Amino acid sequence: MDVLALEAKSVNGAESEKKSSSRPKPKPPKKAKRIVYFEVEIVDLKTKEKLLLLDKVEPTATVLDIKALFQKSYPKWYPARQSLRLDPKAKCLKDEDVLQTLPVGTTASFYFRDLGPQLTWGTVFLAECVGPLIIYLMFYFHLPFIYSPKYDFTSSKHWVVHLACICHCFHYIKRILETLFVHRISHGTMPLKNIFKNCGYYWCTAAWMAYYINHPLYTTPYYGQMQVNTGLYVFLFCQVGNFSIHVALRNLKPPGSKTKKIPYPTKNPFTWMFWLVSCPNYTYEVGSWIGFTVMTQCVPVAFFTLVAFIQMTVWAKGKHGSYSKEFRDYPTLRSSILPFIL
Amino acid sequence: MASSEEDGTVEEKENNNKRRTKSALATAWLTFYNIAMTAGWLVLAIAMMRFYIQKGTRKGLYRSIARTLKFFQTFALVEVGHCAFGIVKTSVIVTGVQVCSRIFMVWFITNSIRQIQNEESVILFLVVWTMTEITRYSYYTFNLLHLLPYFIKWARYNLFIILYPLGVAGELLTIYAALPFVRRSGMYSMRLPNKYNVSFDYYYCLIVFMLSYIPLFPQLFLHMLRQRRRVLHGEVIVEKDD
Repeated sequence: MDVLALEAKSVNGAESEKKSSSRPKPKPPKKAKRIVYFEVEIVDLKTKEKLLLLDKVEPTATVLDIKALFQKSYPKWYPARQSLRLDPKAKCLKDEDVLQTLPVGTTASFYFRDLGPQLTWGTVFLAECVGPLIIYLMFYFHLPFIYSPKYDFTSSKHWVVHLACICHCFHYIKRILETLFVHRISHGTMPLKNIFKNCGYYWCTAAWMAYYINHPLYTTPYYGQMQVNTGLYVFLFCQVGNFSIHVALRNLKPPGSKTKKIPYPTKNPFTWMFWLVSCPNYTYEVGSWIGFTVMTQCVPVAFFTLVAFIQMTVWAKGKHGSYSKEFRDYPTLRSSILPFIL
Repeated sequence: MASSEEDGTVEEKENNNKRRTKSALATAWLTFYNIAMTAGWLVLAIAMMRFYIQKGTRKGLYRSIARTLKFFQTFALVEVGHCAFGIVKTSVIVTGVQVCSRIFMVWFITNSIRQIQNEESVILFLVVWTMTEITRYSYYTFNLLHLLPYFIKWARYNLFIILYPLGVAGELLTIYAALPFVRRSGMYSMRLPNKYNVSFDYYYCLIVFMLSYIPLFPQLFLHMLRQRRRVLHGEVIVEKDD
């Protein structure tokens, strides 16, 4: 799942909340200052039924404030679940938009749509990563009902199988730790349905891979120890690279800041990939999985690598495009994911 | 500035001309394609009827029309391209699923498993497919020529109510009949151990394929029902946004 494509467009609801609640209430001046209060009407997008009328809304109120007021009347719909827009065909309004900057008169009409139950991106990432970790280990330890009963709780006699388990677990533990401590996830939430879709994919492919790698009839790689070692070195190299990029992206801007910056190579040699590629974290991720495929010589792993490559290319192209549009002096040497190729 | 304005409109005119020739080309191709497919399925229908009238039995009927069927059904893959390039305004996925399931039936079931070629279920789905496709392609043809007679429109959006379930029944019965032969021969399957560290069992794949009809068939059928309401009764249906 893409954490960092969203860093490029930072939607920071928390900041605007702070802004609106920590606004110091000025002492009312002696002469009456005319504040033009807005009237806000919230209408259901599909049925056009009038849901709520708010009068005396401050002109400096943000969309998030209005969502909070809306929730008071309809407690079920928390702000992350609300989508407000000025026109049924227009785009959804951002939480930090201020009421008086919107193209409305003093009576504003918002169309409301329920986005359904929402989950934070962090929750989804963790679920996506914990699943494969546990599932792979279930196959590794030959838990009952997976393979033939005579193999229950046995251990594989091939060294590469143990190595593959260590690498797979290392990869997902690293991802979990990064989600908890390194990534700055700027996007708020996603619909509940997504967790089933995403987790379903990650968990099923993990099970499919783990089944064959840990199978009692597993065949070791054709070129033997040399192939295993090559795969392992590529995997480790790319894991370190991937981590370096995540740290570099985290250090790119201070927490809570919304300014977007172009990432540049730092003193860490792994970040020198930034000279050639906009999204080196994806490049390294693909590299890791290629290493793992070579190490295990397993078709399901190759399939997973291919699908991951296609998905990450789509994300990388999107991010590369938004960088190029955002910054006039964006380095022209950079490709999106594969140096000089893609 | 006057000159840049002129350049702007000249470019616009060029783009418009390009778009017009592209859409004229697309319409010409689509008309040709739909006429060809209508003709093809008509040939199939006539060949099937002739065989049955002359021989009085269904034994060998499939073999006699197999090549024509394979040609015209495979050629329908082009329709996925039509949707992908935007020449036809249908979802790529819906068309893709329908064409792929047909291709799967023709190439991976009836073509590969000879023992089931004389089953009644094969005749059932062949008849259904022939009727559906002739109606569908003639509908498209007349639509493109803006000469659509009402009875074809009626046929296209009403016959499916009976034909679609019958077709599904024919297909499922055929696959079910094929299962024992697949198991015995172990065709298209790969067992462990092997150097690719993967296995595939065609028998279980077919069972999964049959089970997939359960979620997919209602969706496609409801989609057709919605189209029917829209086209025949002019109802505006509010789609649920996902």
